[in-house]
Parts: sequence; C-alpha cells; structure tokens
Amino acid sequence: MNSIKEFMNRNIRQYGMIFALIVIVMFFGIATGGKLIWPRNVSMLVRQNAYVLILAIGMMFCILTGGNIDLSVGSLVALVSAMSGLMATTIGIPSWLAIIFGLVTGLLAGLWQGFWIAYVKVPPFITTLAGMLVFRGVNNIILNGQTLPLSGLYVVIGTGSVPDIAPNTIPDFLRIGDLLQLQNKPEFLNATMFIVGLVLSIIYVLFTIFNRKSKIARGYEVASLKSVVIKVISFFIVINIFSYWLAMDDGLPIMLILVAILFAVYTFIATKTIPGRHIYAMGGNIKAAELSGVNTKKMMFLVYSNMGLLAAVAGIVTAGRLMASSPNVGANFEMDAIGSCFIGGASAYGGVGTIWGAVVGAFIMGVMNNGMSIIGLNVFLQSVVKGMVVLLAVAFDMYSKSKSRLG
Amino acid sequence: MSEYILEMRNITKEFPGVTALSDVTFQVKKGEIHALVGENGAGKSTLMNVLSGIHPYGSYSGDIIFKGTECRFKNIRDSEAAGIAIIHQELALSPFMTIAENIFLGNERVKNGVINWDETNREAIKLMQRVGLNEKHTAQIKNIGVGKQQLVEIAKALSKNCELLILDEPTAALNDEDSNHLLELLCTLNKEHGLTCIMISHKIHEVIKIANDITVLRDGKTIETLDNTEKVSEGRIIKGMVGRELTDRFPKHTPKIGEIGFEVKSWVAYDPLDEERAIINNVSIHVRKGEIVGLAGLMGAGRTELAMSIFGKAYGKKISGTLIKDGKEITLNNIEQAIENGIAYVTEDRKTAGLVHIQDLKKNITLANLKAITKGFVINEDEELIVGKDYRKRFNIKSSSVFQKVGNLSGGNQQKVVLSKWIFAAPDVLILDEPTRGIDVGAKYEIYKIILELADAGKCIIMISSELPEILGITDRLYIINEGRVVGEMKTSEATQEDIMSTIISSSAG
Repeated sequence: MNSIKEFMNRNIRQYGMIFALIVIVMFFGIATGGKLIWPRNVSMLVRQNAYVLILAIGMMFCILTGGNIDLSVGSLVALVSAMSGLMATTIGIPSWLAIIFGLVTGLLAGLWQGFWIAYVKVPPFITTLAGMLVFRGVNNIILNGQTLPLSGLYVVIGTGSVPDIAPNTIPDFLRIGDLLQLQNKPEFLNATMFIVGLVLSIIYVLFTIFNRKSKIARGYEVASLKSVVIKVISFFIVINIFSYWLAMDDGLPIMLILVAILFAVYTFIATKTIPGRHIYAMGGNIKAAELSGVNTKKMMFLVYSNMGLLAAVAGIVTAGRLMASSPNVGANFEMDAIGSCFIGGASAYGGVGTIWGAVVGAFIMGVMNNGMSIIGLNVFLQSVVKGMVVLLAVAFDMYSKSKSRLG
Repeated sequence: MSEYILEMRNITKEFPGVTALSDVTFQVKKGEIHALVGENGAGKSTLMNVLSGIHPYGSYSGDIIFKGTECRFKNIRDSEAAGIAIIHQELALSPFMTIAENIFLGNERVKNGVINWDETNREAIKLMQRVGLNEKHTAQIKNIGVGKQQLVEIAKALSKNCELLILDEPTAALNDEDSNHLLELLCTLNKEHGLTCIMISHKIHEVIKIANDITVLRDGKTIETLDNTEKVSEGRIIKGMVGRELTDRFPKHTPKIGEIGFEVKSWVAYDPLDEERAIINNVSIHVRKGEIVGLAGLMGAGRTELAMSIFGKAYGKKISGTLIKDGKEITLNNIEQAIENGIAYVTEDRKTAGLVHIQDLKKNITLANLKAITKGFVINEDEELIVGKDYRKRFNIKSSSVFQKVGNLSGGNQQKVVLSKWIFAAPDVLILDEPTRGIDVGAKYEIYKIILELADAGKCIIMISSELPEILGITDRLYIINEGRVVGEMKTSEATQEDIMSTIISSSAG
C-alpha cells in the first residue's frame, strides 16, 4: 500500500492532469448534450488538434531547457505551408517532394534560430520573437496575400484515413450508436481501426508482462503487482474504447498514426536517452550540468532545430487539413503549444515536465476549444476561458510545490 | 518579567516525512550573544525560520515568547515589526543597487510617498559608521567584497531598529581577517548598544570566543545549553553535537603511494574578463597514484581557477601548458573530454554548481557518467536504481529513499551525493575543491574516510582547502599557491601551519 502511495506522490501532477481532462470531457459532454463525444466529433477533434500536439511536443523540450519558449512556431507553420504549397502548385513538383521541401525549410529555420540562441547567446525569447516577425513576413511576401489550394498527398495526410480492410464485418456490438442516439447510426465498425486498437493494446499488455518478468529474473526492482495490474487494465480499456469510438466513424486517421509515432519517439528520447537526460539536467541547474560534462550549447542548438522540424510537420498537417496554404494560417499556434505544456505540468523554470503531460495538456486545450465552439460560446470569451485555465494550472502547480517543499 | 528576551517553548515542526524539530526549547537572555550549534540537519536553520516567521504560525506547534508577549508571526514582516531581524547565509542584497539603497531596501525613507534621498544617504552614512564600513554609500554592492556585504546586511538590520539579531553562518564565506572584524563588531554592538544576538555557526572556535551561552541541537532536539563565561572546550561542544567524543578529527591512514599518475607542466591561464592578466602563472605540479596532494593558499590565490582550467578549460582564456596522465600527454578542450580522460572536478560551489536540486538522488549520481548505464541508445533505469541504492548505502547518505530530491538533503549529505557522482564517473584523477566547506564535524569525518578510500584505490587526489588543519590532517604532500604561482612545496609530515603562512606572506612581499 505504501509503495502505491509513494508512486502516486511522485506522479501526482500527471494523474491530476488526467483527472482534470476527464472532468473537462464530462463537463462539456453534458453541456453539449453528448455532441462532444459523438464519434464524428471525436474523430474531428483528433484531426483538428494534431498540430497543437505536434508543436507541444517540440515546445516541451524548449521549456525543459530552462523555461525557454519558441514564439516563432506559428509563423513558421505559415512559412512552411507557403513554401511547400508554392512548390507543389506554382512550380508543380510532386506533392511528396514538396512536403520534403517544406520539412527541410522548417529544419533550416530551426537551425538558424538554434545557432543564434546556442552559439551567440541571444536569449530565446528575443531570437524567436525576431523569427516570428521574419517568418511571417517571408510567408506574406511569397504568397503575396493569395491562398494556394492544395490537393493530393496533403489532403490525404490532413483528412484521410487508413482504408477499411474488411468493411461491414464487425457490427457495432456494444450498440453505442443507439446509446448516443446518433442520427446516422453506424451499423458496422471500421475493422482496421478496431483491430489496430485491439492488437496494440494486447501487445502493450504482453510487453508489460514480459518486461516485468525479465526484470524480476535479472534481479531488478519492480513496481508492486497491484499497481501494475491497475495501470495495465486501465490502459487496455482506454485504448480500446478510443479505437472503438473512431471505428464507429471513418476509422484510423492518418494524422493519428503520425502523432502516435511522434509521441512514442519523443517520449523515448526524453526518458530513455542521454540527450533527454541532459536536457532535464540543464533545466534543473545549468551550471551543475555543464560541470558534469553536459554540452549545453549543443543541447540548446538541437532542441531549437528540432522545434523547427516539428513546426514544419505541423505546417504540412495544417495545410493538408485546410487543403490550402494561406497567409494568415498559424496565428497564435505558439500560444496554444506553450499553454498546453504549462497545463500539462511543465515548470516555468525548466527541468520539469513530460511529453505525456504536453499531450494531455494539448487534449485539454482541444476539448475546451471544441466544447466551447459546440456550445456556441463567444470566441472572445473562449479566449478568456483558455487564458484563465493556463493561469490557474500554473498557480495550482506553484501552490502544490510550496506545500510539498521541505525546509 | 523574566530575564529572557526570547523564549521558544516546545517547538515541534514537521515536514512531509521528516520531523525537523521535536519539542525544542530555546531561551535567550537579554543583551547576550547566544550561539546555536549543531550538525547540518540538526534543525538550527529551521528553528530560526520558525522564529522569524518564514515558517508561519500554525505550521509548527509550541510557543514563542518575545519580550514577555506571545508572538504569532505570519511572515517575516511581522517578526521584523516586533524587532527580530535575520541575516541568512545567502545574503539578500541586490547587486546592482548602491549600499545606501540596499540598507533601506523594503524599509525606504519616505516623505509624502516619495523617497527622501537626503535622509536615506544621511542615515546610511551613520549606519555605515556604526558597523565600521569604509566605503562610499553610493558604491554598488557587486563591487564590494563579501565581508563588506555582510556589514551592509548588519547595517540593514540595525536600520530596522532590531533588538534581536539572528546571524546564520555569518563568517562561512569570509576570510580570517573579515571574520575577526565581524566578530569584533558583534561584540561592540552587543556591549555598547545592548543588541541581543543569536549566532548559528560551524566554526566552534569563533563561538567559544564571543558567545555568552551556547545551545546545542542534535537531530531536532535541544541537547544542552552551556554557560560560556568560563570558556568551555571545543571537545565539550563537539561531544554535545555528535553525541560522542571525537578524539580524532581525521581517520588514521597509511598511504600507499605509487608512481606519478598525473602531471601539470608550465600551466598558464588568463583572466576571462581581462585577457592581459595571467591568473595562473607557470604552474607545474604532479600527483602520484594513491597520493593526496593539498593545494594550500588564501582565498583568491588561484587554486579554484587552476583546477577549473585543467578540468576541460572550464575557466580562463588563452590556456597553455601540458597535461600528462600515465606518462602520456592529453589534451582536454572541454569538460566531456576531461571526464572521458578520467579527470573529475568536485566544485567548491555545491549549492549552485554541484547538484541538480530538483532531481532525485539517483539521477544526480549518474549524471556525469550516463554512458555506463546506457546500452545502445537506451538508459537502463533499473541499473540506475541499483547504482543509486548502492551509493546511498555505501556512503551512508541520509535520505528517505533514492527518489528523494537532493535539494531537500542537508549539506553533508548533498556533498556525499556530489562525491558519489564523481566516483561513479570512475576517474583516475580527482580534484576536490573545498570538499568539506559548510559541513559539520561528523559528516566531515565521513567525507575524509571516502577520500582516503579513494586514495587507497590508487586514484590521484588533488585537494583544495582553505582550512589549514584539514590540509595538514589529510594530505600526504602539499603545494602552496599564492597569486597564481606555486610558491612552495612540502611534505605534510614536515609542515606546520606557521610554515605555510610564512611562505605565503614572504612570497607576497617578494
């Protein structure tokens, strides 16, 4: 029992966030008369918010280095979609090549900012403020106020789903459609989504079991069986409910695969690799990290270069969803990403925060955006609510920290 | 009316998982200097934080009686209003403001809502005279030395008309001259103005020199209050602090010295801010395997700068000279290379540069050598846990578990974590910079034991220390550094404190 308590204490912030997400989903679920959790809406939520998730993952690393942020990502999203769109439409190269061109553009922008921040020591706030103005300006010059329509691969990434491998075979056996009183009740589930969800969750369970066994065999310490079982079962249920839900609509969005891969890769980097550990250490105490052999300049450079690359991915995704490159896209994206990280438990001083937290934070932002839109809340009032949530999330953090601090 | 100006009765203060103070009673007579001593983590600072309202009323149990009335301070302002001022170990001065501005910071002289600069300056000059501070009141804090900054803090406290002044380790960062000046000042203020002082200190001889009464805390409990009018002995106080008589301050040890393991030849480094000024001037030293070599010298002699410039050029510009390890010349252009080549530097600045306070024990220990627990690209966290537990046990690091954040540990235990980190990095050459600074007697002994163990394992150890008894007690050979040069070398067994001091002084004159 004690070990569970200790585990909870150590991870209280994360569980608090998930709890907050559940409360917010329930609140808007009720406030929207169930519309929020309609399969069509859930599927749309995923596609609509993929860009925040992608940006929040990159932003989390910036914040981890010492509370630094990147203000330029919104402008960079616009610039990348403009550059890539221009290549695909006006120049006429194939979409896939234009997309790669867009990613390279973002990476170069990231390298550029990383250089000034890491090696010239211009504070990130200033460098990225400059970037925000420069990228937005270049974007406007390129597009000259026009909107470029996009098609092909962009649209597939932005709105497409993986084809159904066995249509009309798995019925809506839980009768969720009736339960939600949907107008267009799905008779059958999308088999691809349902099977992918089931297979992944089974792999997860097996992996956890084998991992635990091998750890015990090698004499390593493991978490108590009870806490592992609770965790595994809840994950299993959550994954399957989620995939069932999407299976009721048009199945597995391409965007979800992209986001899931990015999430997995960056979580791995943050928690299991030396560069990840070095970023956390420098955020905690940059002097101590330097004297322990952490190359802080290189880390800074990598983190901001990576942010450029992820902003480019977000740019392509956004262009695909809107099926166009337009001059005004990406406005305030940086604020959504920064807000997600802080809601998700990042410390404003660096060194504390998880990719997982950023993702949960982004979902909270997304659900609030979506829920408030369905209710038909005034856009300006929506902005007020989001601002207050960010403020209160950080205030809660500070409060709980001051409570738990030892003398 | 009792003779006591302050009585703290049955104070108990708990933090999550730790009882910092249990049923502590502490009484201070009016007009005395009362010293509060104890090992790190004994609860001295916590007790003073309770008294000054940093831990507000309600977060502890027990009573505080000040000048005959019960006090319930909610914050520092309340306690200041009552006449209690506290000067922390870390000075609370604003570096870019002037002395006068700092003295009245938070207590500005105001006329009709506007700062009255004439009065501010006039009063500041008066206060500066009272504390014997010879500087212009318009000098910026960053431009005056630590000793003088300490005087500014005292002037600041006096400006608030305090009747009880608490000083937390006031001389920890000061050299002997500044320390003496400060202690004399305290005696003067005490005798002439009747100011009551509570002084927390690790420097037992200072305590004996100036205190009227000495209260000893151990493990959050009051052990005893000694009357110091007859000057109690150091041994007596230490006995109270550690609960046993410490006959030997240094562990017994027979050195096993081998061949030369590390050599620095014609080392030169320039000041990073002034590239014309050589801070390290043609230094050549060597260390044998299993040998502990001391670098003795005054503060600012260039010892830390020497160590850091060797450690992957972490300090200094235009560095030149040769480093030879195991007979082979090595080049260390950055700290990564230094670590890879088996050099470790344990910083003197534990608090700001030694540890990542928000991370736990095990992550701090593995930070400098993550490669050792990484396979492919993946850090093996299970292995890390084992490493953490291993070091925690081996060095007796007092903590709730390896998951405890190091910011919550006491100074001695933090230092053990820093040492663990560098020992885990498996170096052949260890440079220890003030490894026992700010650490209590008991923990010092344990640190010495670790150092000797490392030497016996065949490591080359360079130890920088400003405490001459420590250098004489633990090293095998020593170099005397002054003004960036080696001015003397002696076998420790043949050296005395007087020899070292006279070497330093004669080299300065020449």
